[in-house]
Amino acid sequence: MRFSALKILKEGLTGNRGWAPHWRDPAPKPEYDALIIGGGGHGLSTAYYLASQHGMSNIAVLEKGYLGGGNIGRNTTIVRANYGLPGNSEFYSHSLKLWERLEEELNYNVMHSQRGIVNLFHSDGARDAAARRGNAMINQGDDAILLDRAGVRRMLPFLDFDNARFPIYGGLYHPRGGTARHDAVAWGYARGADQRGVDLIQNCEVTGIDIENGAVTGVQTTRGPIRAKKVAMITAGRSGQVAAMAGMRLPIESHVLQAFVTEGLKPVLDTVVTFGMGHFYISQSDKGGLVFGGDIDMYASYAQRGNLPTAEHVIEAGMALMPMIGRAKLLRSWGGIMDMSPDGSPIIDRTHIDGLFLNTGWCYGGFKAVPASGHCMAHLMATGRPHEAAARFRLDRFETGQGLMDEEATGSQHNLH
Amino acid sequence: MRLTCPLCGARDRREFTYQGEAVALSRPDPDAGPEAWNTYLHLRENPAGWRDELWYHEQGCAAWLVVTRHTTTHEVRKVQLARDVAKAEGTA
Repeated sequence: MRFSALKILKEGLTGNRGWAPHWRDPAPKPEYDALIIGGGGHGLSTAYYLASQHGMSNIAVLEKGYLGGGNIGRNTTIVRANYGLPGNSEFYSHSLKLWERLEEELNYNVMHSQRGIVNLFHSDGARDAAARRGNAMINQGDDAILLDRAGVRRMLPFLDFDNARFPIYGGLYHPRGGTARHDAVAWGYARGADQRGVDLIQNCEVTGIDIENGAVTGVQTTRGPIRAKKVAMITAGRSGQVAAMAGMRLPIESHVLQAFVTEGLKPVLDTVVTFGMGHFYISQSDKGGLVFGGDIDMYASYAQRGNLPTAEHVIEAGMALMPMIGRAKLLRSWGGIMDMSPDGSPIIDRTHIDGLFLNTGWCYGGFKAVPASGHCMAHLMATGRPHEAAARFRLDRFETGQGLMDEEATGSQHNLH
Repeated sequence: MRLTCPLCGARDRREFTYQGEAVALSRPDPDAGPEAWNTYLHLRENPAGWRDELWYHEQGCAAWLVVTRHTTTHEVRKVQLARDVAKAEGTA
């Protein structure tokens, strides 16, 4: 089934009886060429690119719940490529290019909206840092515009420019940044993978990883054993438990990150604004709700819900930045489990066990990475070599101390990011 | 969430700073080798369940605490002075 405007028109006139499920619901086969543990954004995009780029269609995604039920459905939907550190910057640049052709490639409306992002700054030093970052982005072939105070005021007249603690000096504008409909990204990749023969197996929890003579041979699941010579662990906040089945300990601690949405409002905010000094970022969804978030709750947690002090902190920051949102009613808040790495950057790598691959450590920035994460993970699994855009996401960088990617320059230990 | 400091009683979570899994009480010897130090600094069990954590009563008595807490329910079972735990374990 191919989506098109004509198809929507035809279905609309004929009672919408012609729509079919977007993917099959297959039973697991006894053996595949490769298995992906985790049916979230990263797992589904890996499956899609394994099938579409590397011709590997005899593969399966094993999901203990339902597809897209984790962080891909629990984020603030921001897509951007404004990283400054070598290793990260080329990876997110690669990801943004994949985003820009994703809808055509998948024939799926993921509502990718390049409405731009403004990162505010509040001091001369921060302006210098923003200018340097913007120049790095431009040199890489991406886009950045340094806005002065008047420039920000033209775009966002309702901000509190004269806040006593954080007066707004300007902002770094990244026009190609924006948002996307998070669930649709998972669904689009799932449909694309399914169409290429990938088995998406839901309600199938992996309970063991089989290893013989230092090589992976398959997994045990609640729906029986499945053999495969290649297995990828792509389970975000649950990475620790999955890796433990292979006898591994990871440099990961799981934390909860909250997000919030207000009731639907008329259009007030046509871009994404980040207020780094207040750990606050906000955009307006196409339904009208103001979607915003802040920092993690700052303690280890597997609860997909947060604590009130952090909610208070986030909302205070929002009020400091744009007092007009004080009249909006908060509709709901939720939390996701973040796979926090010591240096704040991700891991896409082999493990010491042959055929066992690892994709984790996305911290609170995994959504924008979904296309490139899958693309690079698929490349690694299919060819045995890291993709050049993700070559620095090595698992051993903590052990060796070489190639650490501390984007925030806060150190490379747990709980500093 | 409230934590019951052994010195100050039940106090608001905002008075405390979370440091991480309570591995600092068993710090390796300086010459223990890279593997022991990598394990100590980076690798974590990261359980979905009970575990011991180090918290600092920053806006209270400034004591370091070992908090036994459940990472899924956020239930707190026990709070001890880190000093006492370290003495009992013979690491202080």
